Amino acid sequence: MDLVEYCQVRCDYVSLAAFPRSASAYEHKAFRDGQFGRSEPGKQNFNQVETTHMKTNRTKLALAILAAGSALAIATPAQAGKTLDAVKARGELVCGVNTGLAGFSAADSQGKWSGLDVDVCRAIAAAVLGDGNKVKFVPLTAQQRFTALQSGEIDILSRNTTWTLTRDASLGLHFAGVTYYDGQGFMVPVKNKIKSAKQLKGATVCVQSGTTTEKNLTDYSRANNLNVKPIVFEKQEAATGAYFSGRCVAFTTDASGLASIRNKDAKDPKEHTILPELISKEPLGPVVRRGDDEWFAIAKWVLNGLIESEEYGISQDNVDKLKAESKDPVVMRILGTSEDTGKLLGLDKDWMVRALKTVGNYGEMFERNVGPKTSLALPRGANALWNKGGLMYAPPIR
Amino acid sequence: MAGSIFQPIPARPSPVKTEGLLPWLRANLFGNWVNSMVTVLIAVALGYAASGFLTWGLVNAVFAPNADQCQAARGSGACWGVIAEKFRVIIFGRYPYEEHWRPEIGTILLLGLLILSCIRRFWKPWLVPAWIGVLFAFFTLMAGGKLGLSEVPSDQWGGLPLTIMLATLSIVFAYPLAILVALGRQSALPAIRSLCVIYVELIRGVPLISVLFMASFMFPLFLPVGKSPDVLLRVLVGITLFSAAYLAEVVRGGLQAIPNGQVESAQSLGLTYWQTQRKIVLPQALAMVVPGIVNSFIAIFKDTSLVTIVSLYELTGALGLALNSEADWRPFKIEGYLFITLIYFVFCFAMSRYSLWIEHQVSRSKTR
Amino acid sequence: MAERAPPRKRAWSWRSQAFRGLIYQIVAVALIAFGVWYLVNSTLANMAARGIQSGFGFLLQPAGFDIGESLIPYDALDPYWKAYAVGVLNTLRVAAVGIIFATLLGTVLGIGRFSGNAIVRGLCYAYVELFRNVPVLLQLLMWYLLFADMLPPITEALSLGGVLFLSKNGLSFPVPVWGPGVGLALLGALAGMVAAWLYRRWAIARFEATGQIRSLFWVPMVIVIAGALLGWIAGGAPSTWNVPRPDGFIMHGGASATPEFLAVLLGLVLYTAAFIAEVVRSGIASVVRGQVEAASSLGLSKDQAMRLVILPQALRVIIPPVTSQYLNLTKNSSLAVAVGYPDVVSIANTSLNQTGRAVECIALIMAVYLTTSLATSAFMNWYNRRAAIKER
Repeated sequence: MDLVEYCQVRCDYVSLAAFPRSASAYEHKAFRDGQFGRSEPGKQNFNQVETTHMKTNRTKLALAILAAGSALAIATPAQAGKTLDAVKARGELVCGVNTGLAGFSAADSQGKWSGLDVDVCRAIAAAVLGDGNKVKFVPLTAQQRFTALQSGEIDILSRNTTWTLTRDASLGLHFAGVTYYDGQGFMVPVKNKIKSAKQLKGATVCVQSGTTTEKNLTDYSRANNLNVKPIVFEKQEAATGAYFSGRCVAFTTDASGLASIRNKDAKDPKEHTILPELISKEPLGPVVRRGDDEWFAIAKWVLNGLIESEEYGISQDNVDKLKAESKDPVVMRILGTSEDTGKLLGLDKDWMVRALKTVGNYGEMFERNVGPKTSLALPRGANALWNKGGLMYAPPIR
Repeated sequence: MAGSIFQPIPARPSPVKTEGLLPWLRANLFGNWVNSMVTVLIAVALGYAASGFLTWGLVNAVFAPNADQCQAARGSGACWGVIAEKFRVIIFGRYPYEEHWRPEIGTILLLGLLILSCIRRFWKPWLVPAWIGVLFAFFTLMAGGKLGLSEVPSDQWGGLPLTIMLATLSIVFAYPLAILVALGRQSALPAIRSLCVIYVELIRGVPLISVLFMASFMFPLFLPVGKSPDVLLRVLVGITLFSAAYLAEVVRGGLQAIPNGQVESAQSLGLTYWQTQRKIVLPQALAMVVPGIVNSFIAIFKDTSLVTIVSLYELTGALGLALNSEADWRPFKIEGYLFITLIYFVFCFAMSRYSLWIEHQVSRSKTR
Repeated sequence: MAERAPPRKRAWSWRSQAFRGLIYQIVAVALIAFGVWYLVNSTLANMAARGIQSGFGFLLQPAGFDIGESLIPYDALDPYWKAYAVGVLNTLRVAAVGIIFATLLGTVLGIGRFSGNAIVRGLCYAYVELFRNVPVLLQLLMWYLLFADMLPPITEALSLGGVLFLSKNGLSFPVPVWGPGVGLALLGALAGMVAAWLYRRWAIARFEATGQIRSLFWVPMVIVIAGALLGWIAGGAPSTWNVPRPDGFIMHGGASATPEFLAVLLGLVLYTAAFIAEVVRSGIASVVRGQVEAASSLGLSKDQAMRLVILPQALRVIIPPVTSQYLNLTKNSSLAVAVGYPDVVSIANTSLNQTGRAVECIALIMAVYLTTSLATSAFMNWYNRRAAIKER
């Protein structure tokens, strides 16, 4: 390669490097003299060259980088301040959900989300925005969820999250209520013939990191002198993958999660059994940021309204009929035909009507997503209404 | 003298043939008995392994996307059907199925320009607007919301397009930053120099995953409520800052190789500092470090696989997504891993060949 | 002509290079300081506004979670700092073992590129290209899959003589029951090592004085083994071993390298070895051809030439890049979190979730790796100075 050609290479190369090209005969000459003239060893010293004016190339470059960076700003973050106003202005509720837990929050191949946790978000969106489909679902891992809520990336976190003192008091959160009373359990392969968690002495147990389960497992292991060896995975897929491949004797998470994983992820659900012991209390519920009491109240009362509606027999199908005909004062209050309950929350009087039309009452949500007729086949158990032997007891709407 | 009779000595044997197949074999495979034994042993072992692999991967393999056949062949043959069945999920991740053509075209555009940028004949000024145009087209295609394209939020982007996008963008953005940092590290101004040294050493001292964790968990806390940018953008910033530190060291190597006489001649011509850098130092230094830059690109390309740990579904993550979701296909993970290994290998090997070739070109231009 | 430096301008004017330099620096420092202040301030304000607690005080509270494998005794009631210590030790363990094996394998592969045998050369080349062009995370995941999927469960563990077991529990092997005899044996081995070192020094001095060659490998080896044996016999020759014993789905006794550890180790070793092989190859290639020719004209065999002439010279080129490969291996060990090995990142992650202190936990991870990196490079710089050519 001759000299000119070499120069061509490097000159063009510079232009590639986002520097404005200003090749001139002078530049070539300077380069040539520099490259092939004599070169003396010595310390470089810029102080000897004095100039009278500054070039602004650096500024240009910085601006270019900034411009490129801002062109990339594809995000539409949730707004600061009053969450309700922000949601209304955006016309969309941003809801943090699980990356995939059948029955609670899972996206199908078309990207349509469904599940109990998802329905809570849809109900709130319907109450606030009038449309249960105006929800943007943000799938979050266990580790990401609280920071996402704290930072305002999401408006509400509805991701099978356990209500505990530490979380309530030290993470800057408020739990709006309980959507599912759960407890931590173990799943084991049937072929190992384990009948009780007490038999897991010295066993390896697969756990997903970032949950309360690690601590519960340790507590239970200590209390019963089991000395189990936890193997902690970053992602749920990795933890269940290791369990199904046989690396761990047992897999532990909330019982509802176990049912979901056994029915959806196992090759043959009959090969795995869930042990009878529940080793902890896991009340799961939606979470909002601290410091916005109005929004907290909306989340809390939409949830209460869904439970109360089941108690008073208002369902997806009969809500219009009841709205027109019902003379029951409680039903009338819920549906906003007598008192405007929505006004107190900063909403209109039809807030519960829309929520119920979108997802139905709590009982319907349960039956549709996780109930006995679904593949999860979870019994109502502790999640039945208080007057039917369960724990679901909503403060009255009045 | 007159009586002496010419007595020819017998002809010497012709020299041993040193070219051709047989002599090569003798010299390289069967030089002595140790060599011959090693050759035979390795050949037998290789043959055994290859035949085992071929039996598993070809003869007994199932190519149809049929879970039952695969299950039957399990243990004796590979199930390439899993690739056929899950191909689109592995390549495109969670991107909406019927919109797959968009990332496809976008990636082809991006790759095409990347290849063009590797050819010396196209190192012309129009490359800069071309890059800006292609990136704009890429993002328009991926994000949608304009020109009648439906909007696809960035959390659904995934697979190979995401891998290529993360690697390319982080290098493109890291490049100018790296040049500034490298110049700063060579600067005569002590405060600027130490800032650059601290930045480079700090980043090079920690693993990428901690930077990603920071981008994923800590950035949101740094900024006021609601100002937190999208997770993809945060991760991109993290990778860019990370690769800029490594790239800066590569560029610095080039800067150090420029003889001082160059700078001095420039100064004697009255060029300012920035003129000197822009017209004299950087053109030579950057041409010299092209192989280093390509190697950094390979490293970043491989490192993008780490973003699966912070829940972005690039190629590695998309594979997990494709295979963990269905119990029927989960046992055939190894085939999936081999498939994406092949993808990574093809990309990285091609780039390393290119790096070697360009290194050869640069060194050839140096010899007179 | 008398050379006279031009008078330096000291004026505080924009025309002075020194003045402008000062202004640039002040602006740069001020910008960075403002950026840091802004971030810290808004972080603190954010955390205060949302009632998030902060500070490193949590390190003294009980951790409350178990860790699968630990080098030091650890209990769930121990404080967080101890959990971190377990994590750091796990990281260092896999990094240290990994560095040793990667160096050995890498050197063999690098030298193999110069083998007279074409198949060996080709194999080494293929290995290097294959392993360094595939992401290390993918390799880790594959090895883990192989260990977790392909190995038999404990009930059907592959056994070697009833003492070594290979199963989904990893590699279980017997360990000697700790007693005074074991301690004495270790002490004996230690004494043997000191003696061997003294012998080596003496032998080298003898060689330089008289030219007599003594074995520098076998004799020291024998001295170390003899020391260990003597100590063992002096301790009453204890021979009780804690042998692993499979029992249902768990393994009793012995010690085991878990599949997580093995996967991380194997992944890191095979990946880093490819890079070290390249470094070794280019180091050897950098030794000028004349050295090889001179060595063979002195009658050194090919092996001797490699061992005595080429490698010592190549080493000076090899050491700096190999150091950065060691650092890379250590940093890559953070990927262990993907296969469930409890390294420091995994522990920090768990404590991040238990306490919600993201900033503190990530700062701790970074601090651990920075310290390791800086310590390693300091040590290697020292070694590098020692190995550098002493010019006379």
